[in-house]
Amino acid sequence: MHTWTAHEIRDKIKNKEISSKEITKAFLDRIDQVEDKVESYVTVLPEEAMAAAEAVDKKIAAGEPVGDLAGVPMALKDNLCTKDVLTTCSSKMLHNFRPPYDSTVAQKLKEADTVLLGKLNMDEFAMGSSTETSYFKKTKNPYDLTKVPGGSSGGSAACVAADEAAFTLGSDTGGSIRQPAALCGCVGMKPTYGTVSRFGLVAFASSLDQIGPLAKDVRDCAIVYDKIVGYDAMDSTSVKREYESFEAALTGDVKGLKIGVPAEYIGEGIDANVQKAVYAALDSFKSMGAEYADMHLPLNEYALPAYYMISSAEASSNLARFDGVKYGFRAEKFEDLIDLYAQTRSEGFGAEVKRRIMIGTYALSSGYYDAYYKKAQQVRTMIMQDFDKAFKTYDVLVTPTTPTTAFGLGEKTDDPLQMYMADICTVSVNIGGLPAVVLPCGYDANGLPIGLQIIGKPFGEAAILNAAYALEKTISKQKPAL
Amino acid sequence: MKYETVIGLEVHAELKTNTKIYCGCKNEFGGEPNTHTCPICSGMPGTLPVLNKKVVDYAIKAGLAMNCSITRYGKQDRKNYFYPDLPKAYQISQFDLPLCQNGYIDILVEGETKRIGITRIHIEEDAGKLVHDDYGNSSMADYNRCGVPLIEIVTEPDLRSPEEARVFLETLKSILEYTEVSDCKMQEGSLRCDVNLSLRPEGQEEYGTRCEMKNINSFRAAVRSMEYEQRRQAEVLDDGGVVDQETRRWDDVKGISTVMRTKEDAHDYRYFPEPDLLPIVVSDEWVEEIRSSIPELPDQRRARYVEEYGLPEYDAFILTSSKKTADYFDATVSLGAAPKTVSNWLMGDIAKLVNEREGEPGDIPFEPAHLKALIDLIEKGTISNSAAKKVLAALFENPEEPAKIVEKLGLSQVSDEGALMQMVQEVMAQNPQSVADYKAGKDKAMGFLVGQIMRVSKGKANPQVINKLLKEALDQA
Repeated sequence: MHTWTAHEIRDKIKNKEISSKEITKAFLDRIDQVEDKVESYVTVLPEEAMAAAEAVDKKIAAGEPVGDLAGVPMALKDNLCTKDVLTTCSSKMLHNFRPPYDSTVAQKLKEADTVLLGKLNMDEFAMGSSTETSYFKKTKNPYDLTKVPGGSSGGSAACVAADEAAFTLGSDTGGSIRQPAALCGCVGMKPTYGTVSRFGLVAFASSLDQIGPLAKDVRDCAIVYDKIVGYDAMDSTSVKREYESFEAALTGDVKGLKIGVPAEYIGEGIDANVQKAVYAALDSFKSMGAEYADMHLPLNEYALPAYYMISSAEASSNLARFDGVKYGFRAEKFEDLIDLYAQTRSEGFGAEVKRRIMIGTYALSSGYYDAYYKKAQQVRTMIMQDFDKAFKTYDVLVTPTTPTTAFGLGEKTDDPLQMYMADICTVSVNIGGLPAVVLPCGYDANGLPIGLQIIGKPFGEAAILNAAYALEKTISKQKPAL
Repeated sequence: MKYETVIGLEVHAELKTNTKIYCGCKNEFGGEPNTHTCPICSGMPGTLPVLNKKVVDYAIKAGLAMNCSITRYGKQDRKNYFYPDLPKAYQISQFDLPLCQNGYIDILVEGETKRIGITRIHIEEDAGKLVHDDYGNSSMADYNRCGVPLIEIVTEPDLRSPEEARVFLETLKSILEYTEVSDCKMQEGSLRCDVNLSLRPEGQEEYGTRCEMKNINSFRAAVRSMEYEQRRQAEVLDDGGVVDQETRRWDDVKGISTVMRTKEDAHDYRYFPEPDLLPIVVSDEWVEEIRSSIPELPDQRRARYVEEYGLPEYDAFILTSSKKTADYFDATVSLGAAPKTVSNWLMGDIAKLVNEREGEPGDIPFEPAHLKALIDLIEKGTISNSAAKKVLAALFENPEEPAKIVEKLGLSQVSDEGALMQMVQEVMAQNPQSVADYKAGKDKAMGFLVGQIMRVSKGKANPQVINKLLKEALDQA
């Protein structure tokens, strides 16, 4: 049962073929069975999940109206606030933090009558590309337990790949949904900036963060997005807009679709196996009536440095509130106020978080602001223009998601720059505020998944999901052997 | 050497919106600690600010009343610093694109109008309050004030003396009251100011080095701190020293200021555009809508008082500098009382009593109708001026019909000529020497006799009638 997709579970519960309690129990059993190996959860909520499932079952039995995803068990990245449930951001700093409020997405999924199984491991405060910066544990790639699941939403991706939840949510600031989705062979989407409310997402970089689904197939991705998308008065950056059903837009028809293939993303530095798989996928698109052409995004080489400037600058400010005064961790010994801050932040944050805070603080300092932060913002504007121009010719852009398949645990932890390069194919999408979906397009010789990225125009989720849906049918998926 | 003082002010005014600037919490003074808070204004992780449109309305209104140009495409910025009263560790403020810029306020100094430039007005959120436990070893944070909307008004360095600064502050306060954007209650901290002051040798164009003074809680404290700083800087300069650019903390109890921080340890606030909020786009229609909602402002009202009521410029200025007082004046005059008489009462005895009770100008506990009735009682001769003062004091204690107070306190005046004539003759009979003195040309004796009659009448005799009757009687004697 745990291998079923979310839409299968949804339909079976609706048709009363199965109860939410049964399927929830199946996932909890699966967690018992594989979690020791995968370690995707920070918190599992067995009692709460069973109680929620029972409540849904009662509603259905009583013939009361239920939400669209009634009874479907899912899990959330641990930077999405859940009322009275630990929300740690995988940091010592918030090891004991229980928010008195739900994030908007958690609230919406509650209203859809989903069942929350638990909270998922991540890189500390979403900073990292391997989930190795988590304070609590190192999540493993279900396809090879010696490899990383990617990051920062590594728990969200591994959880789906290991069938420990029907779907999960992650957050994506520079590739944090897509890169782990690619490395764990799931479907993940980073939506257009402003389409999903960020209220209750513990901020990393406010102008880049976006919440999105990680799922077993494209349809699941669409049905979850259908539930979390929408204007929210609590988030000033959320867009006032009406949305049609994204599930309904999945026709599988890609005839005439114009695909651009940016040369900057598929040449040097990209593993040959990855390149091969991407071109094979492009040929599949062609055989379905789409057309593709090589093109250029000349300014994209500046995306990575601009990204690290902007995201670190915003992070340095966003993470300043973790000072030991109000909630979370506080150092036991301190001399005075300044020492309270210094000790708490020295002990409470891990090395990667401190590195970003220092980069960001430097970039915003007087005398450096113009050279770093302001310059990065100018680059951002130019990259957006680059994309605008591209989308005058092409409907979607297709690229690899990562330069390589999953790398080994510990392989890049000592080399931050190498780790940052893992985001090379994904960051520009956040810089541009664009939507992009990732799905497996093949497997390497070791059976590790290769992820393909389809980038859309702003609000072009229907087009990229439909393209992914069409391609998915041509791929034979391999399950990890756990 | 003789120096010219140069002063610029930064004034923070709390806006009296119903709710806070970025959340739905009540914007209310007081309350038990941390009862007017929510996850947003207490800076909990994951929460986001949403700008209260009323704050923009109010700030633009203040800006228009101070003749500013309104920024049509503004933004908000984060000002980053650590302090326990600032739960997000940044204050959302405005850095390079304030809502209002390049305005001015006209003030009246020694009968002359002087124009003081307003550099900018921007919106920002207030911080909380720390309560230090003097006995234990701890401090507590109260976030009730976090997210209370403020405008910061920055002047050009156009003020040339503490007195000018005081008049400016009074005028500014009255504009904020008239536009009803702020309560301006100094005691509750809803109006606070920082002072920048420098000296330059008379005749020199270039500004001297300035010092900033913080922790100023009243206009009186502002003036005292400026006078202190003038003296301090003059002494430094006279001794051949240089003034260091620094921030000083004013101690109003000791009447001195001390160094808070020097230029070297000035904060780097690392301002950057607030990514959680959208730009503030202000349309022409919006500005015009706000402009049309601005009521008669103090200087317009002042002009009206001079023209319509013939009040002296000074009276008009004092009355109009408090909206409450001016409203009270208008209400009383509209009941038919003589404007100058009302003005005298408001500026004199009433202002004194309000002040004694530590109220804000215009905090008058009784109705304008009561004042009108009181004035009528005097004009009809029912009570004397001195009795009227007693009635007034009673009105402050317990507002009721002045006629009733007169009755209760037995203050009615004896104006009956027959009764008074008897007293006159009685007193004259008892004081033959004084009568003789008067006859011998010593006018002083008349005053003594009046005093004696007032004593006999227990203060109730109408002094005008007494004067008339006594004079007649003496002349005949």
